[in-house]
Amino acid sequence: MTPRLTRTIGFVTFATFVVVIAVLPSFISDFKARDYSYVGIYLIALLGLNILTGYTGQISLGHGAFMAIGGYTTAILMAGNEEFGGPLSGGMKDVWTLPIAGLVAGLFGLAFGLPALRLSGLYLALATFAIAVAMPSTAKRLEEFTGGGSGIQLFGTPELTGSIANVRIFGWSLTPNDWMYYLAWSIALVAFAVAWLILRGRTGRAFRAVRDSETAAVSSGVSLARYKTLAFGISAAYAGVAGGLFVIASAFINPDAFPVALSIYLLVGIVVGGLGGLSGLVFGAIFIAFLPLWAQGQDLGSLLPDRIIEETQKPGGPAIVYGVVLILLMFVIPNGVSGLFRRIGQLISSRRYSRSK
Amino acid sequence: MVVAAFSDFMQQVVSGLASGGIYALLALALVIIHRSTGVINFAQGEMATLSAYIAWTLTVNHGWSYWPAFAATLAISFGGGVGIHRVVIRPVERGSVLRIVIVTIGLLVAINGFVIWEWGGEPQQLQSPFGTDTYSVGGVVVAAHDIGTIVVALGIVLLLWILFQFTKVGLAIRAAAVNPEEARLVGVRVTWMLALGWGLAATLGAVAGMLTAPTVGLDPQMMQAVLIYAFAAAVLGGIDSPIGAVVGGLLLGVLLNMLSYLSQYSAFGWFTEELRLPAALLIILVVLVVKPSGLFGRPEVKRV
Amino acid sequence: MTTLLELDQVGARYGPVQALHDVSLTVREGEVVAVLGANGAGKTTTLRAISGTVSRSGTIELEGKAVRGGPEAAAKSGIAHVPEGRGTFVDLTVLENLKLGAYTRRDRSVKADITRIAEYFPWMTERGGQRAGTLSGGEQQMLALGRALMGRPRLLLLDEPSLGLAPMIVREFFRIVRELNEKEGLTVLVVEQDARIALKASKRAYVLEVGRVALTGSSDELRGDESIRKSYLGY
Repeated sequence: MTPRLTRTIGFVTFATFVVVIAVLPSFISDFKARDYSYVGIYLIALLGLNILTGYTGQISLGHGAFMAIGGYTTAILMAGNEEFGGPLSGGMKDVWTLPIAGLVAGLFGLAFGLPALRLSGLYLALATFAIAVAMPSTAKRLEEFTGGGSGIQLFGTPELTGSIANVRIFGWSLTPNDWMYYLAWSIALVAFAVAWLILRGRTGRAFRAVRDSETAAVSSGVSLARYKTLAFGISAAYAGVAGGLFVIASAFINPDAFPVALSIYLLVGIVVGGLGGLSGLVFGAIFIAFLPLWAQGQDLGSLLPDRIIEETQKPGGPAIVYGVVLILLMFVIPNGVSGLFRRIGQLISSRRYSRSK
Repeated sequence: MVVAAFSDFMQQVVSGLASGGIYALLALALVIIHRSTGVINFAQGEMATLSAYIAWTLTVNHGWSYWPAFAATLAISFGGGVGIHRVVIRPVERGSVLRIVIVTIGLLVAINGFVIWEWGGEPQQLQSPFGTDTYSVGGVVVAAHDIGTIVVALGIVLLLWILFQFTKVGLAIRAAAVNPEEARLVGVRVTWMLALGWGLAATLGAVAGMLTAPTVGLDPQMMQAVLIYAFAAAVLGGIDSPIGAVVGGLLLGVLLNMLSYLSQYSAFGWFTEELRLPAALLIILVVLVVKPSGLFGRPEVKRV
Repeated sequence: MTTLLELDQVGARYGPVQALHDVSLTVREGEVVAVLGANGAGKTTTLRAISGTVSRSGTIELEGKAVRGGPEAAAKSGIAHVPEGRGTFVDLTVLENLKLGAYTRRDRSVKADITRIAEYFPWMTERGGQRAGTLSGGEQQMLALGRALMGRPRLLLLDEPSLGLAPMIVREFFRIVRELNEKEGLTVLVVEQDARIALKASKRAYVLEVGRVALTGSSDELRGDESIRKSYLGY
């Protein structure tokens, strides 16, 4: 496979993908559009996490916490607390909160990235896991900002968001679900473009150097501290934007909206999808959004015998399936779906070479 | 006034030692697993919860009396730990860190799901073998369960220490953990030794679970917070140091209770129960950044 | 003298790389045999093939019986392999290292054996509780030897014992090996970079080149032949 051919295929795939995204809502139910908008939201978070884990090799089990930071930023900017005054008393339109959510989360990411330099592998996973577990309690404690246990809800300000009532854009009327879908996916595509630009440049090469061999990277002059911390900041910013969108979609936030499970799902998403290409990440996002539903027997209802569906529908059943599937996937496709595609691609191209001889 | 304050203080110390004893047991389990197989077992807490449920179902649903159920649970947990290592962990032990993390996470999710699936999510009651009495010792009120917990925890740690220091098996496990290649050369069946390590760790977790359930109530999420405290204790003591795990656990238990005790004074008034977990997190972060090898660990030399 | 160890057309590989092609050698009971050659010739791999640490092909027989399985099985059948770098259990004490050497034994004379070994290395009982990682290189080499002896092995495999040690210590080490061989009839197969000292301590030698036996003969002959020394042994 020549590089030219690969690039062309990549471009065509991407273009097809964009077209599919654009017209999908016309073919699916309004309710389903909401599900698919979550795929877009997860994709944004995964794009960021991919930069951190896939490109600089740092494992995070805590990105749900960065989503929470972004989410709370959005909620406060929209519905805030009047005592604080200024932007914190709310009133910002939903879309405009997103860059700020990303920025705030990104700053926290940078702040964490510095001490994280001392940790590697399992220790980093452990530290980030602890952050994810501790986040809900911390949110509860910081009541004045976060509204404590009862959280913040956005239903009181429907004019600020399109996710509650119909929206008119250029003469078309969009249902809240469709609006959410397009918002999430347009931002996802922008996020992808930004990631692509970052990664093909010098920064991307530096990231890859760090992942492949830290010692080699240092000896070729790549500043580990700078790039590893930067990766944390960027990935946290992405998670923050995703978190903001998440809150806009649910019009509500409380400490339990971003539980430990979410952080776990995110890591699972990039591992199952496979570190690296976009196709893997999209698959990962679909996996996160839909596996819990599949595990409960929805959508697969007609394929499996009733008895099995019954047993797995009992509370806890889906989780067992989820956990077992996860373990099996790690045995069978350790490099995730995109790894699988790559191997298939290699097999095809190697056969091509031997045939042309 | 002073006497009252002192007895309050001592009460917190005693109950801190009791909860610390539980953290120590779970931290020890984490250390054994990390030292022998290089894995951080995110599922350790859920395994402990499962063990507690097994004890519960034996006593409540099958009418066993407590101590036989306790012993049976230990045996089952041991077998479970060995089984999990051989079936799930061994194939991925040598692989990428990410893969190992996901596998233990998968275990966490699956075991948690199984507990809910089998026994439901409603809290249950597991009796304490020590009863619910309290004793007054020089004005300090201590719960029988707390005393029992401390005794059992330290007793088990002692037994384990004897096993590792004075028996052939213990020596073999230690050798297999640090130098698997050389251990094989002297005839140690390393894979089985590592599996034994997992079995022992699961047993420790089972004890921790059975001691936790009577006080906080038996429910599927029971050990989640305890796991984090155990991580904090293990990191504080040194993730490869068994002594560190025990000392770290006791220290952490007392420390957290001290914060609760001091929160009655205005200088510490900001500390509420919700901050216990974040406090543990903070300890993890601070230790990992300042002295990653913990109190008793040896600094790791990175080979270029 | 009976044949203790026989290798016939043995090959070995590390993954896709074939390190040994066709190695045949014999060691008779009570002999000290040396395996020499340049770096990368396959000396260490030969020992690893014998102890089952590396995947191998061909026939390896100990006392007429085929040697199968991994290192654990080899240890059980009486092969003691002291690896390159000594393989000391650095976190364990001197005594614990010795005890591990006797791991496969079921008899009750282990303690007595420790005393016996201490006759060759008195400091091991004096400093039995010392952490092995704090010993000097030479002491670790002695400890590795002591540990190997604790298993009452039929065959002792030594992999580059002189590596990283001062000449005086190396001489002392080989002196002890010779003593063990003469007094207790210990059969030894030693791999060495330092051909000179290995030839002095051994009866016969094999010289390996790129995974094959290039030449063999009695150590005295090899030492005496200047052209062989220059082209194969480097001195």
